[in-house]
Amino acid sequence: MTLTTLQLIALALLVTGIALSTLRLLLGPTPADRMVAADTLAVITTAGLAGLASVFDNPVYLDVALVYGTLAFVGTVAFARALEGNRE
Amino acid sequence: MEHTADIPPLSWPHYLLVFFVSLLLWVLLTGTFDRQELVAGVLVSAAVTLLFGRRFEIFTGFRFSWLAPFHILSYLGYFFVALIRANLDLAARVLAPSLPINPALVEIRTGLKSPLGRMLLANSITLTPGTLTVDVVDDRLLVHWVYCPPGTDLHQATERISAAFERHLSRFLI
Amino acid sequence: MSLIGDILLVVGCAFIALGSLGLLRMPDVFNRLQAGTKAATLGTLAVLLGIGFNHPGWWAKLVVIAGFVLFTNPVGSSSIARAARKAGIKPRVLARKIGTDG
Repeated sequence: MTLTTLQLIALALLVTGIALSTLRLLLGPTPADRMVAADTLAVITTAGLAGLASVFDNPVYLDVALVYGTLAFVGTVAFARALEGNRE
Repeated sequence: MEHTADIPPLSWPHYLLVFFVSLLLWVLLTGTFDRQELVAGVLVSAAVTLLFGRRFEIFTGFRFSWLAPFHILSYLGYFFVALIRANLDLAARVLAPSLPINPALVEIRTGLKSPLGRMLLANSITLTPGTLTVDVVDDRLLVHWVYCPPGTDLHQATERISAAFERHLSRFLI
Repeated sequence: MSLIGDILLVVGCAFIALGSLGLLRMPDVFNRLQAGTKAATLGTLAVLLGIGFNHPGWWAKLVVIAGFVLFTNPVGSSSIARAARKAGIKPRVLARKIGTDG
């Protein structure tokens, strides 16, 4: 599991993305801003899990990525509903 | 679900579509064309279709024709080109020090009637250059536009944002 | 073959990083959503495609993940946008609100 130079660059960019999104998650003035950051982080994590499958050469991580993506989507919609509340 | 009573009866092409979508998902998840897996997949898909077929009302908007696969492919091609353009556009905006945005909320009108068609249109708008679907109410879509040219009216906004997608989608969706 | 895959990985991760930068720089929720959703979606697709080039045996499951991301990500961000609007967050609109009936 040695990484090529290009893969290392990709990893660095991915970590940059996670760091910037986490910063927005911490800064976010409103709950909606934090939700946007959390949603983006979830998608980045899906990509990262697929990357782990590639690094460890183990396709089981792809199933993890799929299930993680599903649960993250359900969570996003649930939080959106909670934020929306009952204001009809 | 409160709509159970008034689900329209589905015709046999819809059941066939549910069956083939289930089978496709099975084949993709198992990742082989092994004969045993295929037989198991056919059995499971048939069971899903018979047991839950009438719950898949989302597929009722599909317009069946022999050309439908080609229309879907041409839609996908147009969509991916738009997605890549959207990201290059976005990258240029984010990297520009002055952050050139001129955001506005606009309403556009759609001629698509089925829930599936409206959902795909909303998804397409969200992923194309500078636009984000905020809400869908009947035949109106509320769209957030990052760079709205000043003085745009409903007709022009519809033309600029959704007309091309709607042309593609209306070939295989109601 | 694996060179193409690695290049796609770099491109995808670059889009993800740019999207996160947009998430940080944009002024309000709706603009941030625009940056986050588009970039993360295309970035993830490119990463999955790159992995597909590196491991040709995994294409089937990668297609499922890609299709899934493509379907759910815009729906999720639309629901956040709708929730933000209903929760009373005003979009920063510079132009006049247009196209509405009254």
